[in-house]
Amino acid sequence: MSIKLRGRSISSGIGEGEALVSKDAISFLGGVDAKTGVVIEKGHALEGKCIAGKVLVFPRGKGSTVGSYVLYQLAKNRVAPAAIINVEAEIIVAVGAIVSNIPMIDKLEKDPLAEIRDGQVVKVNGTEGTVEKE
Amino acid sequence: MELTKKERAMLDGEMGKAAAKAMEILVAVGKIYSAGRMVPVGSVQIAGVSYKTIGDAGIEFLQGFADTGAKCIVPAYLNPAGMDLLEWEGMGVPKAFAQKQLEIVGLYEKMGVKATCTCAPYQIGIVPKLGEHLAWSESSAVCYANSVLGARTNRESGMSALAAALCGVTPEFGLHLEENRKAGVVFELECRLKDRYDYAVLGAHVGKIAGERNPAFVPRAEDKKPTNDMLKLLGAAMAATGAVALFNFKDATPEFNVREGAEKIVVEQKMLDETVAKMNTGEEPELIAIGCPHCSIDEVCEIAEKVKGKKLGAKKLWVCTSRGVKAVADAKGYTQVIEEAGGKVVCDTCMVVCPIEQMGFGITGTDSGKAAQYLPGFCKQKVVFRRLEDMI
Repeated sequence: MSIKLRGRSISSGIGEGEALVSKDAISFLGGVDAKTGVVIEKGHALEGKCIAGKVLVFPRGKGSTVGSYVLYQLAKNRVAPAAIINVEAEIIVAVGAIVSNIPMIDKLEKDPLAEIRDGQVVKVNGTEGTVEKE
Repeated sequence: MELTKKERAMLDGEMGKAAAKAMEILVAVGKIYSAGRMVPVGSVQIAGVSYKTIGDAGIEFLQGFADTGAKCIVPAYLNPAGMDLLEWEGMGVPKAFAQKQLEIVGLYEKMGVKATCTCAPYQIGIVPKLGEHLAWSESSAVCYANSVLGARTNRESGMSALAAALCGVTPEFGLHLEENRKAGVVFELECRLKDRYDYAVLGAHVGKIAGERNPAFVPRAEDKKPTNDMLKLLGAAMAATGAVALFNFKDATPEFNVREGAEKIVVEQKMLDETVAKMNTGEEPELIAIGCPHCSIDEVCEIAEKVKGKKLGAKKLWVCTSRGVKAVADAKGYTQVIEEAGGKVVCDTCMVVCPIEQMGFGITGTDSGKAAQYLPGFCKQKVVFRRLEDMI
């Protein structure tokens, strides 16, 4: 872990894993299967991919506020992401991450969609609001 | 964000795990909307009650949260559920749905939320004061509290409202701040404004064009001052076809503050007729549902007068309201008149959050602009958006 980027803390805790980067916004209600953690939204950049244990990088949440509860279900089913990095957080994902104990940060000093590659191991510190990558 | 000593202590877990999570939610919401601090709230109104809306995901969350010892520290009230909590069998609600629904209400009650199950708590004595800060979440209740009562609330999600109930505060941004409460567009009304339905239609129209701006209304000098029920229907429709959470109505709302240089738009009857024509997708309703938002006692009385002595035949009529209003309707004999015509006074729920699409209904009639907007998407219904007397 060499490069450290600063951002804003949204949900506390530390999470580490391989990055999974999406250029599309994510709706957890209807967009992700709560039992398996697989993205099921048709035509989505991550369609068919599993978010379990990944550091999920995406622009922002979208869709119904029930999406917060779906994040909680994912965590309960042990298929939640290890951490979340948003370009800019909105309420649905932020609240879902907090109640599910998923570390989350946003507003990095550099665009995370350009800086972080799929499969790269990254460590998110949601309490400090920082991310480290190889 | 600046936190008081007590708020900091909550965040640090000194008041328990659930309060710490709730405060973390409020801080995150505050950060997202650049709030400088928290404000204490007088009451909380929580949406996300119907099993149809929150599903098993919601139940699991509420269960988990209740298990960590979540307890409300300010008065908190529930939005309508997916059924009449007592008479659900008579309504035709499936048993599997009913069991899940009762579980949800029980979990909220365990956390200290009162199961008022109404979108119009101000009709059963829960009446916030002018200038009072709240964390309410149902969109029509938010619009009424801000506009008709002059209280201050954003449109909270079910979870951010629950968090406010656990902590007694909400982040100060949006409609909590004076500078965001001015009207940004003025509607000069040259349309018909004679009954509740006219106001519902006006709201359905204006919601689509107000955008992010708070609307203000200026009626003609000869128009009668609208009743609170009319303003309720107006606000509910605007909150559904648009995102309106605050409006001003000349000489009828306690506040009337128009931003300098606000756009002026004239509303003519023909524009409203076009809006109604677009929203009408059915002919003969199988179910007529009145009470979105929940009927006041005046409205139940008006409905009883309209159906008195009539026989509805195969058509079902639901008059949706709170249990408190129904108690008065029972005592005044209105319920009996409605039942004799073949209708029902239904409590704790409404046609939008009840699973009517699973109960054999395909065409629903309503005089509510809000219900007319939501019924096609949420309930897969064809809609008849007319006055009650034109549907029976």
